[in-house]
Amino acid sequence: MPIFSYLAIPKEGARESMCSELSALEFCQIIPAENQDVVVLLTDTPDENTEKQLQSALKKLPSLQSLSLAFGYDEKEK
Amino acid sequence: MKLDRRQFIKQAAISSAFATAGALFPGISFGNWNMLANNAGLISWQKSPCRFCGTGCGVLIGVSEGRAVAVKGDPSCSVNKGLCCMKGYHSVQALYGKDRITQAQVRKDGKMVEVPIQEALDLIAQKLKETHETHGKDSVAMYGSGQWTIPDGYVASKLFKGCLGTNNLEANARLCMASAVTGFMTSFGMDEPMGCYEDIDYADIFVTWGNNMAEMHPVLFSRMLANRKRRAGVKIIDFATRYSRTSQAADKTIIFKPQTDLAVANAICYEIIRNDWIDRNFINNHVSFHKGKTDIGYGTEDHFAFKDSAESIDFDAFKTFLEDYTPEKVEKISGVPAKEIKYLASLYGNPSLKVTSFWCMGMNQHTRGTWINNLVYNIHLLVGKISTPGNSPFSLTGQPSACGTVREVGTLTHKLPHGVVMNEQAREMAAEIWDVPVTNIDPKPSYHTVEMFRALDRGDIKFIWIQVTNPMVTMPNLNRYRNGALKDDRFIVVSDVYPTPTTDVADVILPAAMWVEQEGMYGNSERRTQHFEQIVDPPGEAMSDTWQIIEVARRLGFEKQFPWSSEDYIEKIWEEYRKFHAGPKHEMAPYKVLQQRSGVQWPFVNGKETRWRFNPKYDPACTNGKDFDFYGKKDNRAWIWARPYEPPAESPDNEYNFWLNTGRVIEHWHTGSMTRRVPVLHNAVPSSYVEINPEDAAELGVVNGDLVKIISRRGELTMPAQINGRGVPVRGMVFVPFFDESYLINEVTLDAFCPISKQPDYKKCAVRLEKA
Repeated sequence: MPIFSYLAIPKEGARESMCSELSALEFCQIIPAENQDVVVLLTDTPDENTEKQLQSALKKLPSLQSLSLAFGYDEKEK
Repeated sequence: MKLDRRQFIKQAAISSAFATAGALFPGISFGNWNMLANNAGLISWQKSPCRFCGTGCGVLIGVSEGRAVAVKGDPSCSVNKGLCCMKGYHSVQALYGKDRITQAQVRKDGKMVEVPIQEALDLIAQKLKETHETHGKDSVAMYGSGQWTIPDGYVASKLFKGCLGTNNLEANARLCMASAVTGFMTSFGMDEPMGCYEDIDYADIFVTWGNNMAEMHPVLFSRMLANRKRRAGVKIIDFATRYSRTSQAADKTIIFKPQTDLAVANAICYEIIRNDWIDRNFINNHVSFHKGKTDIGYGTEDHFAFKDSAESIDFDAFKTFLEDYTPEKVEKISGVPAKEIKYLASLYGNPSLKVTSFWCMGMNQHTRGTWINNLVYNIHLLVGKISTPGNSPFSLTGQPSACGTVREVGTLTHKLPHGVVMNEQAREMAAEIWDVPVTNIDPKPSYHTVEMFRALDRGDIKFIWIQVTNPMVTMPNLNRYRNGALKDDRFIVVSDVYPTPTTDVADVILPAAMWVEQEGMYGNSERRTQHFEQIVDPPGEAMSDTWQIIEVARRLGFEKQFPWSSEDYIEKIWEEYRKFHAGPKHEMAPYKVLQQRSGVQWPFVNGKETRWRFNPKYDPACTNGKDFDFYGKKDNRAWIWARPYEPPAESPDNEYNFWLNTGRVIEHWHTGSMTRRVPVLHNAVPSSYVEINPEDAAELGVVNGDLVKIISRRGELTMPAQINGRGVPVRGMVFVPFFDESYLINEVTLDAFCPISKQPDYKKCAVRLEKA
């Protein structure tokens, strides 16, 4: 049951579409910065397989410039 | 309630991301954070600006079972990024003091008697109407403060200026910010700082001009310290008349004699020009030179009147004017060694250093307050260090909405929400938005604060309604104004949350809702408007100041102008008020945006806040096609003023041989009426004291805690001495914090003021000391 948080940076001029695309993904919650083109992405997936699928979907987002990991937690690792 | 472990981990994940973002992008702000922050399930959290100073820290108020029980810094607020000072963390306790005023009271046969609030409001309306009809429109007055919410001040202005037709509307901010306003207006033609707190993250040099930021703006000071730790070469220069906590943290403290900051500022300009450190391109394109009247008086007499006039001069004339201010000459006036003046000039003059100047009461509470504001702008303008990140002359405020309510809404005698009463177009705009005849709005200002209380003493004003402030502690030369308020045919209404020396002189006391017991907005020092919801219920019959005014206005027959319902009146008032500021120079954010974010900086244009005004990279109001556009003045230039050194209204002499300087301490806010109800803060500093230099104390035979009598030409006060405490005055000066109503130091101070801003000088008068 992994939980991750990231800083998501959009491609130039693609902030709104990135927010829309991220919001549309299941298991994703976003918190856009109000004064920078940066979005905090929080993912909370039920299992490893779903997590892999989500990672794959994130990599395909056309509006996403980069994704930097800020926090990671997986219950299995305890 | 069970704590949700997974939710807790998610909050940790979000916090980590915020911390990472904060490190990578200084000043980044996440407005939606509070919506996700109800993490523990034990208490709910809602955003608000802090209740106290003008910094405008974002706080999250924790509520459990209808009671505010916790405070934490709002990490999504770019002002404080999750940090609070001691007053902020304890702020909610100020809601729950045991002697909270919860019922209206009316003086009957000399005694205050509790009555239903509707009865008290009836009486206020009746007295206001009678006085207005019998003695004329200028016999009634209202006095508020920078603690008013924006809607409070707005409805006060609408009632008094628009409906009752009097400009007798003033606010306590006259006592703390008026010189900043006139400084901005005379130098730039527009009020409020061009920069923002992000300047702190970029500046290399900070010069604090008579400003003990370590105690008065501790969260901003901590950002300065963080910058200094993070980056090489960052320096803090404390330019002061007394050693304080700021001195202890500063890289250098330079002490000047009171009032001589005027001379030193001119000497810095002299040195900058002599060394050819000026930015010629900036000056040629963006600056014009002017001089005003001199020997302008001090306003200590009733009906004092002064009007400045600007005369254009050229750069050479300005250079000639500065010849009286060589560092060597100024050393003799100021006590500041010439080499230190040259050092200060070299910091401002070094093109590779970004310099931010901070000031607050030291420069504003000054009989030449407008001038010293002008002079610091002069320095920044000569070297072109302005309106760019890290280069900022920055006037700080002391009250949570001195900017938002008093300066932007315009709750001063000469002001309207847009423009001044003297301006026909401004009156027409107000009349149209307020739906009143334009002839209702008097084109002549009436009384500024000191003159307003003089008018109350004389009997020219017979009815005054005081909200959210405590003038019977804060007025200088207090004995006169208290005696005036107590005269038989005066009618005093006071709206407040706790008993104070001001409620002591009241004929009617209204219980007021405090802070998050009502919805409202504040405006902080960096043009940031901050909305807060009603988070808890007010006690008893306590009512918001806004609604009190609406209730009285309706009783006076102004239902049409005050039509709102109690459900949504704040939103409706805000959207009406916004009309005054439409346009790229001052556009305010819509209500819905304010609700969502931890503050929004104006001008808010096309969904974007403006960080640095007058700079086209950041400010959409710039239209001249150049690298800066000082659009506030008709010549599209910032004005450099030739302002001389003139002595204060009163200086020590053989009879009264000490300077008296007054001010604040970190634990208490303003007159202490709230913070003294917070046990942790009250017990930390339970009473006021007089700071004395150790050598002066030894000569007087005084040790710590001994009682000392402070005597001036106005009054005297006996209080305990503090020697080598947190602050240490120089020889020949004493310092007294004014927060303690048991020791009314303003019975001793002098009601001299800056003739331009009409702001009194609480930092300089002459006293003598006796061991009691």
